[in-house]
Amino acid sequence: MIENQIEITLESLVGEVSKMKSAGQRFVTLSCTNIGEGKVDIIYHFDKDEVLTNLRLTADIDKPIPSVSGIYFAALLVENELQDQFALTFEGLVLDYGRKLYLDDEITIIPMCNNTKAMTPKK
Amino acid sequence: MARTIIPFGPQHPVLPEPLHVKLVVEDEIVQEAIPALGYVHRGLEKLAEIRDYHQMIQIVERVCGICSNIHSMCYCQGIEEIMGVEVPDRAKYLRTIWSELHRMHSHLLWLGLFADAFGFEALFMQFWRIRERIMDINEATTGSRVITSVNVVGGVRQDLTPEMCSWILSEVNTAEKEIKGLQNTILNDYTVCTRTKGVGVLTKEQAYDLGAAGPTLRGSGVASDMRLLKYAAFDKIDFEPVVENDGDCYARSTVRFRETLQSAELVRQALAGLPQGEIATKVKGNPEGEVITRVEQPRGECLYYIKGNGSKYLDRVRIRTPTFANIPPLLAMLPHCELADVPVIILSIDPCISCTER
Repeated sequence: MIENQIEITLESLVGEVSKMKSAGQRFVTLSCTNIGEGKVDIIYHFDKDEVLTNLRLTADIDKPIPSVSGIYFAALLVENELQDQFALTFEGLVLDYGRKLYLDDEITIIPMCNNTKAMTPKK
Repeated sequence: MARTIIPFGPQHPVLPEPLHVKLVVEDEIVQEAIPALGYVHRGLEKLAEIRDYHQMIQIVERVCGICSNIHSMCYCQGIEEIMGVEVPDRAKYLRTIWSELHRMHSHLLWLGLFADAFGFEALFMQFWRIRERIMDINEATTGSRVITSVNVVGGVRQDLTPEMCSWILSEVNTAEKEIKGLQNTILNDYTVCTRTKGVGVLTKEQAYDLGAAGPTLRGSGVASDMRLLKYAAFDKIDFEPVVENDGDCYARSTVRFRETLQSAELVRQALAGLPQGEIATKVKGNPEGEVITRVEQPRGECLYYIKGNGSKYLDRVRIRTPTFANIPPLLAMLPHCELADVPVIILSIDPCISCTER
């Protein structure tokens, strides 16, 4: 049901997002869903002239994902949000809150994962 | 030169909600701004796991009081798209009327707060006095001033009688006349112009690159408005985005001022074209599949990503609110401004922290 969707991989992520930037696409946001078995679906939404283009990445929760905040500065807040909510790690974030954008020090659970488990906040 | 770090917020007279910005200043000039969020985060998206998809309408309305109706409309549109529900035309027009009334009262609230930010209290009171007319319409037609709860999956739950339509028309016309009466004061007053022109400039390129939304984007010359997507009854009424080119606080306030008048016109058009018929379609079953919907809130583009699994509970409701998008542009506006201009610049994006920390 999602139109203009392109499947991407961890390896092609930065290249595809750079292509979006070159094509004059405006960064809108990321949407992330926990799909179980330690994996998440991340959709990168871009807009040009009110038409949305979506890059879909299926990633492992425990593997670092390259940050696109170096390409689109606006991605920094939402990537930090996903670090808090899904315990993802974005490598190369321009401003890394270390999973403390929303969460307090004493919070040791992953809020948006159904199989809630203890985690150690990143220092 | 000595660098000083000044904390702005989270509690500050110009901020109705808690937002903290760490300002690195040299003398009185801001060099850098680092935001801190999370003071009032409510985790509303998480509630999708334990509230069924009908109950989620009431949850998403509480993301933000000021644009509650538009949140629920966006959510309902998403569920309707997943389930293939055809909404009656009358319901689409009614949704348009209430959403534009919400935009009017949100902008009037903001215009008042903005005037208050640079100490113009009489103007603040005037805008809020006019806003009361719109709040009265909300209360009379939906039963509530703020959280209207009129949208349901398949349509709306309240109808407007012909008498109500005439009364709304007369109130909106009066409000429009009163707003026009303040035009000279908000747009041509020496104090307003001095405090806002050339302050907090965001260029067209910056606005686009940094993902700005709504009046912040349009105030920098980008004609982007989600109402161009023709949702609800926007395909049946004349609509052109309001755009200003200077990218400063004055341009953003002018966009909002002009949009207030535009909303009055859109309400008039929707009332004139309001068709007869049902106001809701009966909905059976549960949503299965995923969808992205976008609407234009008073503060800008709002995006919902919804994923249903065929049960009454949704796998995911992800809400991207406009203020969240406007924080990176804010970080580009603040450097090199005077410390005294910080409150005005922050208010110029119309920050809604309850949206940001949904």
